[in-house]
Amino acid sequence: MSARPAAAAFYGTIRLIRRFEERCVDLVRSGDIGSGIHPCVGQEGVAAGVCAALRPDDALLSNHRGHGHFLARGSDPGRFLAELTGRVGGVDRGRAGSFHPSDLSAGIWGASGTVGHGAAIATGLGWALARDGDRVAVSVFGDGAVSQGALLESFNLASLWRVPVVFVCENNGYATTLPAPAGIAGSVAGRAAAFGIPASTVDGQDPEVVYDAMAAAVDRARGGDGPSLVEFTTYRYEGHHTFERRMRLAYREEAEVARWRERDPLAIQAARVPPPVREAIDAEIEEVLDAAVRFALESPRPDPADAADHLYATPVRIRGSLFAPLGAAAVPDGAGPQFRWGFSHA
Amino acid sequence: MPKLSYAKALNRALTDEMERDPDVFVLGEDIRFALNNVTTGLLDRFPDRVLETPLSEQGFTNFATGAAMGGKRPVVEYQIPFLLLLVLEQIANQANKFRLMSGGQVKVPVTYLLPGTGWRPGWGAQHSDQPYGVFAHLGVKTVIPATPTDAYGLFLSAIRDDDPVVVFCPMPALALREDVSYVDLAPIPLGVGRVCRPGDDVTVLAVGHLVHDAVAVADELAGEVSVEVFDPRSLHPFDWAGLAASVERTGRLVVFDDGNRFCGVGAEVLATAAEEMRLAAAPKRVTRPDAAVVVGCAPELDLAVQPSRAQLVAAIQAVVKS
Repeated sequence: MSARPAAAAFYGTIRLIRRFEERCVDLVRSGDIGSGIHPCVGQEGVAAGVCAALRPDDALLSNHRGHGHFLARGSDPGRFLAELTGRVGGVDRGRAGSFHPSDLSAGIWGASGTVGHGAAIATGLGWALARDGDRVAVSVFGDGAVSQGALLESFNLASLWRVPVVFVCENNGYATTLPAPAGIAGSVAGRAAAFGIPASTVDGQDPEVVYDAMAAAVDRARGGDGPSLVEFTTYRYEGHHTFERRMRLAYREEAEVARWRERDPLAIQAARVPPPVREAIDAEIEEVLDAAVRFALESPRPDPADAADHLYATPVRIRGSLFAPLGAAAVPDGAGPQFRWGFSHA
Repeated sequence: MPKLSYAKALNRALTDEMERDPDVFVLGEDIRFALNNVTTGLLDRFPDRVLETPLSEQGFTNFATGAAMGGKRPVVEYQIPFLLLLVLEQIANQANKFRLMSGGQVKVPVTYLLPGTGWRPGWGAQHSDQPYGVFAHLGVKTVIPATPTDAYGLFLSAIRDDDPVVVFCPMPALALREDVSYVDLAPIPLGVGRVCRPGDDVTVLAVGHLVHDAVAVADELAGEVSVEVFDPRSLHPFDWAGLAASVERTGRLVVFDDGNRFCGVGAEVLATAAEEMRLAAAPKRVTRPDAAVVVGCAPELDLAVQPSRAQLVAAIQAVVKS
């Protein structure tokens, strides 16, 4: 097992994710991130601990609440933010946005929008990678995903074929608005156990505890002993999506949010780092994020004439819309650089 | 010259490609017993590249996506056409979009093989679909070989293609045999159609097994009208230039399509012809009806709703007269 990183490293990761999400909310408000985001504020400890336990060449499939995974795995904040703002400088050239990003340079192979379905993709990926080496695949999903049949099918396949995949459940208590106990008969860990997959439930607010549990699961997978599941109990302080900032949904009590704030992963980790060290880290992160926002907003918007790029690896002729029969690009005046999102979610 | 059956052509293509490329593997249900004759002999030759799956179509379809992203070339076999509707999301929304969503960082070379689509006498409403139009509509590469030679060549190209490709093999074509010299078998590029029978008066665009019916009808009408039969072979990409060249000469068009009528392949071909080609007469299509494609398990009922040679004859005569 690799050595657990220093406390300051975890603190820096959590702080980076927290401030990144806060900057993103500003950019949602200003209309620069048109999709809104699914903030992971409150869940940063899971991202920090899980990703620190991976080798750079291990493969992670994220989900819709995935910004933290990218930053924790070392995705460049500027290029990642450029993706969220739909710019050509984005990690996916503006084709993914906040909901479906991937960044292979940081070991993140995608984020499926169909809740729970990334688990089977990660299982296939882990199977393929294991045939040529000892890389491990990780699938991250929330508590809502464990009621998807396809997720349970992937547990079955992974266990039958001893695939080196770690299933990470970030149980933040709610599938959008549905409380986990109202959506999950039995338990998350019990589902994995039913398929012969070792499973544990672990405190997700303490990154060092997360790291230890994840490192054991990764070791097991790399050693050829097959899949495991780790359920991290955590909480999101924000809504499911930034649309909740204008649409007040009364599915949880303020007192509950306040109780979880007492176990804020940022505070838990901050207590382990001397104040002067923290202050230096905080200052550096603000510089990094200032530069990231600048990079994102200065990055050009995509040219509408390139809209069919990357649709296929072996290209085919596309008809319709911009792609007129005779190939004359009919780009409407004003499309492109002047384009603004028509609405804001925050 | 040896006789090559359609089913044997599929088996030969897969065997040849697994021999040539160690990243190709096959997965599906009961494939170790080769119920569809596609995987015959593969388990013995490639024991670790034949993955027998449980009944988890959504799970193993997504599994194939992940394996393809990880550098492999999975071929997924489905026994029954409706299973494609069960995994529509996994093919159209996952496999077919990861290339785009990653901005070109990953490729997803999966082949989905349907060795038996369309009507099976007596199998009822849930085993007789012909959903190729759905996949072409959603932008998934879709091929439908009519002959053993094309089955070999298109299946091979599908496996080598760097994107997801669905290969529809129509049930009535599986038993076809063709005199073939094995050395002539070669990959056939996607998006290249074929004039199966030249003619001057009208172009019949026929899909899948209906190509053979169209050729028979053309022969039958030979004294009366000169019919050209065009087989697009793949539906997406589609050989629009090939079709346009044929219609340019004949000026008349009939589509013979085993899919449903509404928003079907026939509808798309007629619309494109009306927009972009010079037609001397209004075109026609012979298709399955709008709604349920098979109405029961009695052949009289089922056949009443399938496109027939008699309907094609009537459509050709109407188009030629107008």
